[in-house]
Amino acid sequence: MDSFSQHTVISCHDLSIGYQNKKKVAVIASAVGFSITQGTLVALVGSNGIGKSTLLKSLTAMLPPLSGSLQIDAKEITAYSSLELSSKLSVVLTEAPASKNLTVLELVSLGRQPHTNWMGKLTQNDKDIIQQALEDTDLASLKNKNCFELSDGQLQRVYIARALAQDTPLIILDEPTTHLDLYHRAAIVKLLKKLTVEKNKTILFSTHEIDLAIQISDKMLVMTPQKIAFDSPCNLIEQGAFDVLFPNEIVVFDKKTGRFSVT
Amino acid sequence: MMLQKTYIRFFILLSVLLVVLVCVNISLGSVDIPTLEVFDSIVGSSSKSSWQYIITNYRIPKAITAIIAGGGLAISGLLMQTLFRNPLAGPFVLGLSSGASLGVAILILGAGAISGIFGAFLLGPWSLVIASALGSFLVLLAVLAVTLKVRDTMAILIIGLMFGSLTGALVAVLSYFSDAEQLQQYIFWSFGSLGNQTWQGISILSLCFFVGLLLSIYSAKSLNALLLGENYAKSMGLKIKKNMLLLILATSILAGGITAFVGPIAFIGLAVPHLTRQFIKTSNHFVLIPAVALSGAILMLVCDTIAQLPGTVYTLPINAITSLIGAPVVIWLLVRKRKLIF
Repeated sequence: MDSFSQHTVISCHDLSIGYQNKKKVAVIASAVGFSITQGTLVALVGSNGIGKSTLLKSLTAMLPPLSGSLQIDAKEITAYSSLELSSKLSVVLTEAPASKNLTVLELVSLGRQPHTNWMGKLTQNDKDIIQQALEDTDLASLKNKNCFELSDGQLQRVYIARALAQDTPLIILDEPTTHLDLYHRAAIVKLLKKLTVEKNKTILFSTHEIDLAIQISDKMLVMTPQKIAFDSPCNLIEQGAFDVLFPNEIVVFDKKTGRFSVT
Repeated sequence: MMLQKTYIRFFILLSVLLVVLVCVNISLGSVDIPTLEVFDSIVGSSSKSSWQYIITNYRIPKAITAIIAGGGLAISGLLMQTLFRNPLAGPFVLGLSSGASLGVAILILGAGAISGIFGAFLLGPWSLVIASALGSFLVLLAVLAVTLKVRDTMAILIIGLMFGSLTGALVAVLSYFSDAEQLQQYIFWSFGSLGNQTWQGISILSLCFFVGLLLSIYSAKSLNALLLGENYAKSMGLKIKKNMLLLILATSILAGGITAFVGPIAFIGLAVPHLTRQFIKTSNHFVLIPAVALSGAILMLVCDTIAQLPGTVYTLPINAITSLIGAPVVIWLLVRKRKLIF
């Protein structure tokens, strides 16, 4: 796999992100620079309201960058049409789909939309990819269930399966572990890890599970008001990136165990 | 997402039901015509020319109008429920019918001001359709614009209601300044009626229906994507603005065109998509659009048959019947399922 891994999937340089309307510009983060190579699992962490969602929105082209360069597959994200981008990048969002009256199979099949004709007709190849996505996420036995019958953990796997069916090298997930218990949080993150190793997918996810992310992810993006640090979890611990993540009076980071504890 | 065998059986069932109901609908009316004579009249060999006249110039046009109105309103309800991600959306709830009413009111009541040949020209069937479709298009556009600002499903319904009252008030102001004849014409229109359509009217109505139907089938793939919400749809390469515009165009041609001819009709657009989902367990719009259209046509024929009060000389306003049937259906669905899903 190492020969593949050199390929850069996302790279940003001197990127400034935030919101802009006619009257004013609200910069959330500036001078952002990192590059992610193929087959890496990257966790994005930071305290509430720091701008994790804004960064993910910028990376998924839902929000245009204010300035600087943001490239997906060596091409500026703003230069992609939405259809072109949909074969590079798939997403799992925090918002629940508008309708839960879909069966698992129907919802996962929707992931093939960028690749099908105007009628959305599925070829044998499409069906194989959908079946593979269902198997990878361990959903094959649930495929005829309606989504409103599923548990939160199962639903999260369905959304991941849909992203897999979209068959993109890059998947970006916004807080896929919220609302889940410890077991299912770990199960989701392990699933993501498996996909990076076995399918050579590049996966970026935001999370509040810092302990879990330190243990499993290859690289981490740590967002603090001052800067965004990007490195492997061990190096980040060495650099003390987690010590400044939260104000120190309530929780402190223990470098030895890699965990936060209440003071 | 292909048409599976179970759906085909369902479609055959609906089609048979539709044909049976058309026959029943044509056979019943205020004038008692023997069933066999009804079929003779259709092929043009009836023994009584008055029966023949009633069948070909009154009952058949009315049945066709019922099919188109029921099918079209049901499709427009389905499109709106998906577009606004709201199970309670429908042409009546979102103020589309009120928008259409305003368009028609301006036309009928305003034409009085410009009397003479020009006024008469304004009241042709085409201008009625255009005024009505334009009215509903503008209301829908306004609702959508507000929706993009206020992302709350509850707010959408309230905004629809407010637009309804607003247009109602404008109609009231217009009626205050118009004379009795125009007012009567408008009030009769607003009661809603499937009957008294000319063949020219029906051809315009059919045109609206088929344009709306084609646009909605063309949009079915994007409707399926919109089931996941706008952001997901966009991430799958959907051009949101273009597709939303197409959808509201389809909805206003359907709801506006139909309302122009038959008047504002309640509950068909809201209730039929939910009823259909009880029998057909899919959210795939390639299946739902034809299924909803057939079910809407069937329900409208049933309502119309009841409205004629078979065996009597009375005919009830169609709007009263659709509400009498539609409102309990929606309440029943809410109570039984606790929650309307779409």
